[in-house]
Amino acid sequence: MKTTLTLFFAALATACVAQTAIPLKGNELFGSLRARHIGPALTSGRVADIDGHPTDGRVMYAGTAGGGVWKSMDGGISYKPVFDKHIQSIGAVAIDPKQPDLLAWVGTGECWTRNSVSMGDGIYKTTDGGQNWANLGLAKTERISAIKIDPANPNTVYVGAMGALWNANAERGVFKTTDGGATWEKILFVDENTGCSDLAMDPVTPNTLYAAFWEYRRTGWSFNSGGPKSGLYKTTDGGKTWAKIHNGFPAGTLGRIAVAMAPSAPNRLYAVIESDKAETKGLYRSEDAGASWKRTNGDFELTVRPFYFSRLVIDPRNPDIILKGGLSGSISRDGGKTFSTLGNMHSDVHDFVFDPQNSNLITAATDGGVYRSFDGGNVFEQVKGLPVAQAYQVSVDNASPYNVYLGLQDNQSWYGPSESPGGIENRDWHCVGAGDGFRVYPHPTKKNILYSEMQGADNIWRFDTERQQTKIVKPLALANEPKLRFNWNAALQISPHQPDRLYVGSQFLHRSEDMGETWAKISPDLTTNDPAKQQQEASGGLSMDNSGAENHCTIFSVSESPLDQNMIWVGTDDGNVQVTTDGGKNWTKVVGPGAAGNVPGLPKNTWAYHVEPSRFDKNTAYVAFEGHSSGDMTPYVYKTTDLGKTWKALATPDIKGFARHIKEDLVNPNLLFLGTEQGLYVTVDGGQNWSAFTNNMPPVAVHYIAIQPDENDLVLATHGRGIIIIDDISPLRQITSELLAKEVTFMSVLPTAQRDGGGFQVGGDAGEFVGENPSRAARITYFLKNRHTFGKMSMDVYDAAGKKVGDLVPGKAKGINIVDWNYRLKPPKVATGKTLTFGAFAQPRLPEGTYTVRLTKGTNTYEAPLTLQPDPKTTHTAADRKAQFEAVMKLYGMTEQLGYVVDQVDALRKQTEEAAAKGAAYKKMADPLLKELDGLKETLVVMKGDNYVGSAEPQLREKIASLYSEMAGYYGRPSGAQLASLVVLEGQLAEKKARLEAIKTGRYKAVADRLAKDKIAVGTLRSFEEYLKSEG
Amino acid sequence: MKKILLLITLLTATVAVQAQTVDEILTKYFAQVGGKDKLAAQQSMKASGKLKVQGMELPLTVMAKAPNKTIAKVNFQGKEMIFNAFDGTTAWATNQMTLKPEAQSSEDSENAKDEQQIQDPFIDYAAKGYKAELVGKETIEGTECHKIKLTRKPVKVEGKDEENTTEYFFSVADNVPIMTRSFMKKGPMKGKAIESYMSDYQDVNGLMVPFTMAQKMNGQQVMSFTFEKIENNVPVEDTVFVFPVK
Repeated sequence: MKTTLTLFFAALATACVAQTAIPLKGNELFGSLRARHIGPALTSGRVADIDGHPTDGRVMYAGTAGGGVWKSMDGGISYKPVFDKHIQSIGAVAIDPKQPDLLAWVGTGECWTRNSVSMGDGIYKTTDGGQNWANLGLAKTERISAIKIDPANPNTVYVGAMGALWNANAERGVFKTTDGGATWEKILFVDENTGCSDLAMDPVTPNTLYAAFWEYRRTGWSFNSGGPKSGLYKTTDGGKTWAKIHNGFPAGTLGRIAVAMAPSAPNRLYAVIESDKAETKGLYRSEDAGASWKRTNGDFELTVRPFYFSRLVIDPRNPDIILKGGLSGSISRDGGKTFSTLGNMHSDVHDFVFDPQNSNLITAATDGGVYRSFDGGNVFEQVKGLPVAQAYQVSVDNASPYNVYLGLQDNQSWYGPSESPGGIENRDWHCVGAGDGFRVYPHPTKKNILYSEMQGADNIWRFDTERQQTKIVKPLALANEPKLRFNWNAALQISPHQPDRLYVGSQFLHRSEDMGETWAKISPDLTTNDPAKQQQEASGGLSMDNSGAENHCTIFSVSESPLDQNMIWVGTDDGNVQVTTDGGKNWTKVVGPGAAGNVPGLPKNTWAYHVEPSRFDKNTAYVAFEGHSSGDMTPYVYKTTDLGKTWKALATPDIKGFARHIKEDLVNPNLLFLGTEQGLYVTVDGGQNWSAFTNNMPPVAVHYIAIQPDENDLVLATHGRGIIIIDDISPLRQITSELLAKEVTFMSVLPTAQRDGGGFQVGGDAGEFVGENPSRAARITYFLKNRHTFGKMSMDVYDAAGKKVGDLVPGKAKGINIVDWNYRLKPPKVATGKTLTFGAFAQPRLPEGTYTVRLTKGTNTYEAPLTLQPDPKTTHTAADRKAQFEAVMKLYGMTEQLGYVVDQVDALRKQTEEAAAKGAAYKKMADPLLKELDGLKETLVVMKGDNYVGSAEPQLREKIASLYSEMAGYYGRPSGAQLASLVVLEGQLAEKKARLEAIKTGRYKAVADRLAKDKIAVGTLRSFEEYLKSEG
Repeated sequence: MKKILLLITLLTATVAVQAQTVDEILTKYFAQVGGKDKLAAQQSMKASGKLKVQGMELPLTVMAKAPNKTIAKVNFQGKEMIFNAFDGTTAWATNQMTLKPEAQSSEDSENAKDEQQIQDPFIDYAAKGYKAELVGKETIEGTECHKIKLTRKPVKVEGKDEENTTEYFFSVADNVPIMTRSFMKKGPMKGKAIESYMSDYQDVNGLMVPFTMAQKMNGQQVMSFTFEKIENNVPVEDTVFVFPVK
């Protein structure tokens, strides 16, 4: 079967080379093919802004850096995603103070402008507590820092828009609506480089607002915080007029400012200010509503990284208690004179919420998720159910189940299983790197060895997971060599041909043939080597910020052709694509300044984010370029078929968000997957049409894509929702224009491997995220031309002998339908007693072999074969498996036979009672008969007790069912004890049947004879077949 | 004054256009399933079929009677288990351990009075105090649908009134709802969307009724109901719904 399928796919691959356009979009095509999320959630991910309900402490919204908005309704134990149809980068969330159960606002585009920050597309509002959201404009603001709602009037809302980070634009400043978001007025604008970084509103006189403005800009190689336009403004007339309120502020240039007012003392304001001198940076306090300011404190936590931590939150009941975001976060209890560090939690703290009734209950937003303190900030615990990790890359191995390997923003490197008993829990993940994690690769053949790295290749590790040994194996500059420049997310790659080979990209390409022990530099500087883009020590603006995040003119993508190990493609962050066909001796620049290659429509220096050499033709390659760091959000996707001489654009207007990664399918060259800043896009016609994949898949940034070849799983590194997997994408390989024309088309699927497992599970704590396992059912897959709405549609499964073994509820969607079949028989019909016998709920697993699926739609039927194969890891011989199935089916039959005995006893009892009513003579005959029947029944089934600890002593039904379920749960030869017990139970059942027969031919016959003699109709007993068909 | 009048006219017009659109869709829907009068006249319903859940298949019987009496029972090993019943006053179900009836919370009973109405909620929805709002279009199962959000009477959840909405997705081509989406109101799954997909619409005494309903969460099927037989307006005794007093 596998060979047949391989041939089929090979033929398909050839047929698909000249693919005709397939215009189906979205779930017209994908149908019920869906994604599953596996986390990890143990580190969670960056949360940018949180807001709590003003009166109901159970309700909280968390806006994440890249994973959308999550809502808790249980006081913060668990959160659910509520924003999965919309852009996932969040800057601000705000609950309406007047109608907090229904109205809330989300400002998209994160406000903490680190190098890897994503972007938004405007302001959203819900009017039903988060069930639905509408985009109400401000689409080009890119990032929103604050939302303030008039407490008396939900239609009046102020929005602080930071505007574009990477370029100048006019859509920034303070916006106001007075009609609930239908229209917006820009009420304060400074210039095209300066945005509103914070807002504060006086809750008593809501026409009084404070707006902080920040001049800032990022490029691919630098960051600037601060400038003459930064400042703090105040209005007392709802934004008609504004005044700068700097009395007491530092005199020089200012950077990012956070402003907050004490809700319980509206004249008390705090501002934390980034300035150009260390002695003037820090916290300022005003007692007169901003008329004058005094500096109170310039401690580390108040001045550290203002672009990342400028947030002040004041206790709603006590104007002296201040929380400040920071590396660790800090708290003042004396109005800002002194601060202490908050209790241990994940570093990089961005926001806080005080509980509406209890100030000791503090919720904090960090780079590692949401934390809660119950003691006013001394001790924090992590919320374990927010899977918003930001993965940069993912790779997979060939274990079964396979593992995924990934690196996370500010949260190390990890590997974990794609499947785990009971679901993939936090404890299933293993840490394999420190710092920020990026690219992780398992050694292709040595299963305990992997490589991982941290930011800027400060370390590249070779890690032995078994011995827990770590060796740093990064390439180092030799004498007379220039300093090596590594990207923040440094290029690291293994070879598809040589298991011990490893590549690392600085400005040069380095190759090791011995797992990183020794390195050869196999290229000249492959970048533009532009000195103007290499001034990182000057980066940061008013606060120096030389973290390596802005390193530029580096190699970013390295790929050895799967068809030729001497052909290596390199993409650089400054826009070059270079290729060698002789293992690095000679390089050809095919994209970039002076390159011969013609790339239509690609701006110069656009980051070559990923080069994907084809598996089908070695002169073919795909490149995803992206220019977001120059403010260009266009997706650039190109294909060359002549080794880079010419390029064809593959992006269409279907694609939203700039593109980072393109993946060619392993089987069908027309099937391509594209990761963009706003989700996953799929084409089945070689790039003529693209569709966003949205089935259980939010429009989250997809940074990297891997395909696991044994399972045909698409594995996505998302920058905001951890790892997302689409199981078995083989149906997408089979979409052809011929198929679209037919009503129903069954699709080929790999044979289903039955699983012999049946182990124990331990559930996670309430609120802990548990990643979804793949279905291990047989997947019946077919394509429907139209959705089935009217008339009957059903699905049945038959064994090789034509006997029906199951019926299923078929999917009815237009597009691909996947129906899971658990390849088990229904439970046996079981005798009715006083209580249930749980063992009889077991379902025998059907043996390996070929089955037929029959789909009936109206008057038409469609059939497809389905193959069940033994577990590849089985320890049972075919004979053992057969012995198990036969023994189980024997007990299955005994359960039903016993049921029939009881059915007859009940029927005889009913007839006897009726006869007894016919007179004293009958009653005399009937009484001992009834006693005899009851005596028999008591030994057949339990007639008293309940289903829990009030259960009665088991009778024959319970004994048979118990042995039956024991054997049904193990797929090898039953134990000797079990088989012996089966013989005992068979004997007992025979004895009960004999007793019934004795009654039927004894006392019952006497009654029946008498009835016949008196010409009274004698009742009959239904047959075994009739009994099986009866209800219940 | 003239300006205000104009404004009022404009506002009314907007409301009228909106209402007309919802009502247009509903008019087509009523016609498609057999007529509004027939739908409004429904007094009782009796259905039998299969409930599939967690790999199990259970014989299912559902009965309902105007205005709001309902009972849904499954059969386990010949034992009847009622998983949802309402007799007009008390909502109740069978305890799985004792197989005896137990009353649901007082709030559940109170909420059931409106939620268990047998009549199609779109019949004279405004007169019932419901709101139906056309939210837009959404593609469901590859099919273009009108999305109508129905807001019924608020439900009480742990002492707090909460909005009770269900989103109905009417196939543009077929004029019948093919999916509804509602949000769990209580318990650990509170706030989670649950989607019911309707198919196999067939005629029952002149009314088109979906014979299959599949429930999904996160796109994954959790439960399905497949009816073999549905009867409308057959006699159903009130006694079958009554919570047995212990």
